[in-house]
Amino acid sequence: MRKPNGGSDRASIRHTAQMSEVPEPTHRRRAHAGTRDLERYAGLFAERTGMMRSSAMRDLMAITARPEVISLAGGLPDTSTFPPQSFAAQMTRIAQESAAKALQYGPTEGFEETKDCILEVMGAEGMLPDPDDVIVTTGGQQAIDLVCKTLVDPGDVVICEAPTYPGAVPVFCSYQADVIQVECDEDGMQIEVLEKLLGELNDEGRRPKFIYSVPSFQNPAGVTMSVRRRRRLVELAREEEILVVEDNPYGLLRYSGEPMPPLYQLDGGDFVIYLGTFSKILSPGIRLGWAVAPPPVMEKIVLGKQAADLCTSTLTQYFVREYFAERRWQRYVSDLVELYRARRDTMLEALRLHFPAEATWTEPEGGLFIWATLPDYIDTNDLLAKALRADVAFVPGQGAYVDGRGTHSMRLNFSGVDEEEIREGVRRIGKVIAEQVELYGTLTGEERLPEPAEESEPNVVPFRKAEEA
Amino acid sequence: MKVAVLKGGRSLERGVSLRSGARVEDALGRLGHLALPLDVGPDLVRRLVDEEPEVAFVAMHGVGGEDGTVQELLEILGIPFTGPGAAACARCMDKVQAKDAIEEAGLPTPAWFAFNQTAFREFGAADALGRLEETLGFPLVVKPSRGGSSLGVRFAAAAAEVPQALVSAFSYDDRVLLERFVDGRELAVSILGDEPLPVVEAILLEGDRYDFEARYEIGRTRFACPAELSAEEERAVTEAALGTYRALGATGFARIDLILSQDGPWLLEANAIPGLTDTSLLPQAAEAAGLSFEQLVGRILDLALKPAAA
Repeated sequence: MRKPNGGSDRASIRHTAQMSEVPEPTHRRRAHAGTRDLERYAGLFAERTGMMRSSAMRDLMAITARPEVISLAGGLPDTSTFPPQSFAAQMTRIAQESAAKALQYGPTEGFEETKDCILEVMGAEGMLPDPDDVIVTTGGQQAIDLVCKTLVDPGDVVICEAPTYPGAVPVFCSYQADVIQVECDEDGMQIEVLEKLLGELNDEGRRPKFIYSVPSFQNPAGVTMSVRRRRRLVELAREEEILVVEDNPYGLLRYSGEPMPPLYQLDGGDFVIYLGTFSKILSPGIRLGWAVAPPPVMEKIVLGKQAADLCTSTLTQYFVREYFAERRWQRYVSDLVELYRARRDTMLEALRLHFPAEATWTEPEGGLFIWATLPDYIDTNDLLAKALRADVAFVPGQGAYVDGRGTHSMRLNFSGVDEEEIREGVRRIGKVIAEQVELYGTLTGEERLPEPAEESEPNVVPFRKAEEA
Repeated sequence: MKVAVLKGGRSLERGVSLRSGARVEDALGRLGHLALPLDVGPDLVRRLVDEEPEVAFVAMHGVGGEDGTVQELLEILGIPFTGPGAAACARCMDKVQAKDAIEEAGLPTPAWFAFNQTAFREFGAADALGRLEETLGFPLVVKPSRGGSSLGVRFAAAAAEVPQALVSAFSYDDRVLLERFVDGRELAVSILGDEPLPVVEAILLEGDRYDFEARYEIGRTRFACPAELSAEEERAVTEAALGTYRALGATGFARIDLILSQDGPWLLEANAIPGLTDTSLLPQAAEAAGLSFEQLVGRILDLALKPAAA
């Protein structure tokens, strides 16, 4: 039976064909299904696919790949600073010393050597997990998927921040979770609101499976949870016996302020599942992340991982091992911190210069993102269309919510492009916003001439005040 | 035969266009033609001159590819191409021009007013909004004049919602129209050469509007093809669509979108280059008429090469 999406299979069939002297098929790809066929396939789809949505934005994003577009839309670390020579040397060493093992399957939990590297990274933030509690995953994204696979039945309540990491939403949805979002302010998830929500759920006889949080330099909002709230959150988890899933991809990328203890450290790992990744401190292309969970949970996660992909790439695990053996990873991270700090400052300055007075934004102490909120008559999905005509892109806020909110906000990335592009990109976005603000003013008869906030008060206000929640 | 497949470009419908183009390339290969995929950019003319295709298949949607720009170039280069000519494309793309032509031909289209940004910015057109809202009634529809796939189309249920809807629509084009909302069944009539294909009805399964996402996602909109229509309804709908096709000067193919209300068909717009993706309406209509996708592509090519004989 042919699969509906068999592009890669086709390629491999062609290679086999060449090798065995069978005439090469004439066509690059299989025939597209007719519309009738599509309906037949649709009849076979699992119910959960109904909750798996692609979006119009994904289509618009097709344009952001063009070279003339300045994209502040990505979440990309800057991999251009990684020295190619040392990449070559490490890969050569792997080829010379461990080719057979690096090309073989590995243990589902990951190599012990990889776990040693993970312990080093976690140690740098004051955490000391038992290596047996750690599993190496194919990126942090798989860790989210495996946690859901282990914990979530259709209809189960999952609590997360509002806004939340847009990449987590499709995972929650594909497991048919009932996602409830708790508003953030400048100190992260509002724990008082969470407490109230837990009480209400309790009254309804519903117990959430877990609370998903990116406590440090949150994607997309850029905010960081205060220590007081961190303590209260792990206390609550313990009292209610529910799990907290702490996703911490950016913890080491701090540009200002004091380091905060991770939830995992505060809790000691009883009710916190910790997710980490090498993506932001080394490379997203190697697809290496990890999860740390209490043993009974880990046992199930390992089984889930086995079913999903048997093991994480051994080749890239070897690469990480070689890289850490050089003992320069912390220096590379501090180089990144220098680079990103300058880019963050550039973006904040550009925002003050070019965004109209009605706009507000967060001032992150680390991470990769700034979250800007515009007047409520501007829909950032539509604004993106206009921005793309000016050759600049951002991520509309809607994807960070499950309920259609976020349409007046946008996520801006400052790590993936250089300072000149950041300035120019923000200038272009500022210009299209100003045009919308002015237009709305003329339409409603209110004089709303766009005034750059340059000379007024620093334009950083909490992007959602507590009383609005 | 060497066929250049023009796709992509910079329009907001780039993604859809790439999908249409890929599908056409497949079909051309199976028909024994040599497909030359061209993602349209600054090197378009040079590549067309270098490659000397015998015919160009235009699989572009939105501004640039569907508005006559690319067609004009192809006319200058003397390369036959699929779909309507430059002038007809320009008329179809611009909803205001299209509605003018439809009305001139004596065909029904919902009442509308069109504005450009200058009218609001410099001539205080906002002061006229109240009067025209009275004429059109609520809910009313706000649309960018040029734009496809429902992008930027907003419904305003009350006067207070109009300014925001206008801001949205103006994100896509410098001219927008406010249109009376007509309640009824959403129908599309694709025309191939001079032949209307079976009518397609879009039935939204969830959500309250026929929006961009529903249009391109399998399983969110159900399409009935042929639509269940009485003989009389079908005749009225088909005639209105054909009349529109002719009024706009379309040739080759086009898709006419309309609403069938209690008092008959109301013409909304014409798409000079309808989508050719897996979920698009023209391929569905062709299939209902017994044409496979390859046969459809073959027929479209014939029409481009021998317009007189078509």
